[in-house]
Amino acid sequence: MADFLLVSFVFLVAGVVAVPIATRLGLGSVLGYLIAGIVISPVLAALHVDVISVQHLAELGVVMMLFLVGLELEPKVLWAMRSKLLGLGGLQVAGTTAAVMGIAMALEQPWKISLAIGLVLALSSTAIVLQTLNEKGLMRSEGGQSGFAVLLFQDIAVIPMLAFIPLLAMPDLMEASQGLTDASAHLSDAVQAGDGRLVAESEGSDHGGAFSLVAGLNTWQTALMTIGAIGAVILGGIYLTRPVFRFVASAGLRELFVATALLFVIGIALLMISVGLSPALGTFLAGVVLANSEYRHELESDIDPFRGLLLGLFFITVGAGIDFGLLLDNAGMILALTLGLIGLKFAILMLLGLLFGLPGRDRWLFSLGLAQAGEFGFVLLSFTVANKVIPQSVADQLLLIVALSMLLTPALFILHEKLISPRFTKIQEREADTIDEAGDVIIAGHGRFGGIVNRMLRAAGYSTTVLDHNASHLEFLRALGFKVFYGDATRPDMLHAAGIEKARLLVVAIDGKEQINALVDYVRKTYPHVHIIVRAVDRSHVYDLFAAGCSDIIRDTFDSSVRTGRTAYEAMGMHPFDAELLARKFAEDDRHILREMAEVYDPDIPNHKNAAYVEKSRTLMAEHEAQIFGKSRAYDTREHRGWLPPSSEDLEDLIASQTQKAEPE
Amino acid sequence: MARLIVYYVHPGQRFSRVNTAMAKAARAVGGITFVDLYAEYPRHDIDVNREQQRLLDHDVFLFQFPLYWYSTPSLLKEWQDLVLQHGFAYGHEGDRLSGKTMMLAITAGGPEEAYTPEGYQNFPLRVFLTPLEQTARLCGMSFAAPYVLYGAVREPKNEEIQEHARGYSALLCAIRDNLYDFTSAESRKIVQSDDLPVLQRS
Repeated sequence: MADFLLVSFVFLVAGVVAVPIATRLGLGSVLGYLIAGIVISPVLAALHVDVISVQHLAELGVVMMLFLVGLELEPKVLWAMRSKLLGLGGLQVAGTTAAVMGIAMALEQPWKISLAIGLVLALSSTAIVLQTLNEKGLMRSEGGQSGFAVLLFQDIAVIPMLAFIPLLAMPDLMEASQGLTDASAHLSDAVQAGDGRLVAESEGSDHGGAFSLVAGLNTWQTALMTIGAIGAVILGGIYLTRPVFRFVASAGLRELFVATALLFVIGIALLMISVGLSPALGTFLAGVVLANSEYRHELESDIDPFRGLLLGLFFITVGAGIDFGLLLDNAGMILALTLGLIGLKFAILMLLGLLFGLPGRDRWLFSLGLAQAGEFGFVLLSFTVANKVIPQSVADQLLLIVALSMLLTPALFILHEKLISPRFTKIQEREADTIDEAGDVIIAGHGRFGGIVNRMLRAAGYSTTVLDHNASHLEFLRALGFKVFYGDATRPDMLHAAGIEKARLLVVAIDGKEQINALVDYVRKTYPHVHIIVRAVDRSHVYDLFAAGCSDIIRDTFDSSVRTGRTAYEAMGMHPFDAELLARKFAEDDRHILREMAEVYDPDIPNHKNAAYVEKSRTLMAEHEAQIFGKSRAYDTREHRGWLPPSSEDLEDLIASQTQKAEPE
Repeated sequence: MARLIVYYVHPGQRFSRVNTAMAKAARAVGGITFVDLYAEYPRHDIDVNREQQRLLDHDVFLFQFPLYWYSTPSLLKEWQDLVLQHGFAYGHEGDRLSGKTMMLAITAGGPEEAYTPEGYQNFPLRVFLTPLEQTARLCGMSFAAPYVLYGAVREPKNEEIQEHARGYSALLCAIRDNLYDFTSAESRKIVQSDDLPVLQRS
């Protein structure tokens, strides 16, 4: 227990100290974590921590990240990406593999080893690139989207690669061709044989007794099983999640929701591993299936902290895993090879960027961003060693190259940000506005009140995002085609997930004074650019909200009360137009009084001790006595003054002035 | 029987003795349609389809209102803007009102002599009504001489008011019964309670 706490303490201190410093220096969180890892590596060594096994655990962060990426990606968006995915991604993997293989052969490696090295180095780091793109807000740029397409293709490509690598170890390729048809079975065999890793394969193999559903099955059974698993994820995502989440939501416990979300992600990962597929890919798929779900934002904000922590841990282990002894022994060669690799990958990516017509700044972002080797490289390396395709000594050096290239990636992003991007700024300024127009308005609370606001905004063509925490209610609205999400709008992470940073307007239509005040205070302070329209539950609540700096405060029953009063006037025989004018006048007066009182109201002083407040109520009371006590028909003349005929005096003056004018003629 | 509709348009009814008396008299006439426009649309939310149907269902439209700034109260202007639609009342295929008759029953603030080149209003009353007259013509309607009470501001005597209201009632009945002599009215500038061109029942 103490050991565990000590190790956790070391990791946490490293992260908490290094990341803010790195972020402040503009280096980004990834580099902060990597440096933290390098710094604590001696400590970890002294504590006999198995960095590699910690890394296995941390790879769950990558799985979660892909789940979150999937959540952001609706199926139709994914479909629209297909040409980029296959074209850009396929060419990048094939081209880089071939080029690296050629160089390795020129360095006198056998072709089988060269091919394996090519495969290992062709992959880029999904973790670093996506994290950095998100952090810098570049995910939706064309360069970011292209980069994402390539990374997604690589993640998919890892699966056939894992099937293919064992073949390279076969003494005779003729025999191997038979094995090719039996790929999945090979996979699970291979895992049990060696150092399988979570991202690619089963954790279980490390702890004895692989968890596999396909071991011992023949080819078509395996294929069936695999297709079944994917089908289960998709169908489960569509049909099972909703009732499950509704059931969990009915308990009303936030932590249960978090637990369910985790259960969901881990369950899918486990299922994928058991049939020999990539868990990252499986959860990505589940994410895509759930991208249209009303629970999307809730899932996002529940999983996100775990993703962040685990991914951070992952980066630390990458930093800590660098073998400085080996690096120092071969510093020149390793550095040269690393830079060479980055240069080579960069050149190929630039070429592809040109081929696919990426504009200047995006082409640079795309090429610099993906020029490193990635965490899947670690996976493939240990896999190749286990399958005796690459000798341990070569693998150790490659491991260093992969790690160093990842370490240099944040520097490449900084290079892009500081030197490359500014050159294109002028050209692209005009386009920036159109990148994202979704979710202009956030409506918190979709009951009888917020629902009407939402319908009005949608009817006028505005795009709204609705947050509500009444699950049964939401499903009905979903069925009507509204964009509504489950979640508590007073939670900052929910607001964040709903896109408050980019919103122009927040309509607060939730219940409960305290919740409304908390939400308004938070948004006023954190996102001052967001215009707030808020519903007040009563008069004194208006004062609170006014004090909080709101200007658009709507009392929830005021308008309907005034209408009722007006209808009562009509029922008593008042002319409808007179009733209308009187109601208008009443509402105007009431608002005026409210406003005057709000200005002297002080939330920190009770009203009866607030001298200004008492004085103001006295004067207003006197002014409106007639109205308050119903003594007279106070509005009789006031609201009609526009339609009163001129008096006789008016008329005489008028005639007099006209006559004077006429006299000189 | 001519199908007659009376539009009463007055935002300040409680302060108008003349118009209230007229409206009361009009309400009492059977066989015609009476509409208090401000009561039906207190929030100016005019139902255009309904109003157009009303016009189609009648032959004579009579608008009763006080002259405000040489024009109609604002709701009636809104009504004209919306109801006399292009393609309905005028313009291409806009002939649905042609052949019908439009008439006004107005109260003017100034005395009769004010509406002369020498008076303080400088122009004859009909000059101020030319926009409405031309509106009727553009819609293919005839514009009958208006029924007028001058000097409505000078607190007319009760008898005067009663006389005007009685005349109004007689006018409406005559139109309803096809006894109103629109041809003879054509030659007049205005008609008043004491000189209504009413035909005798034959």
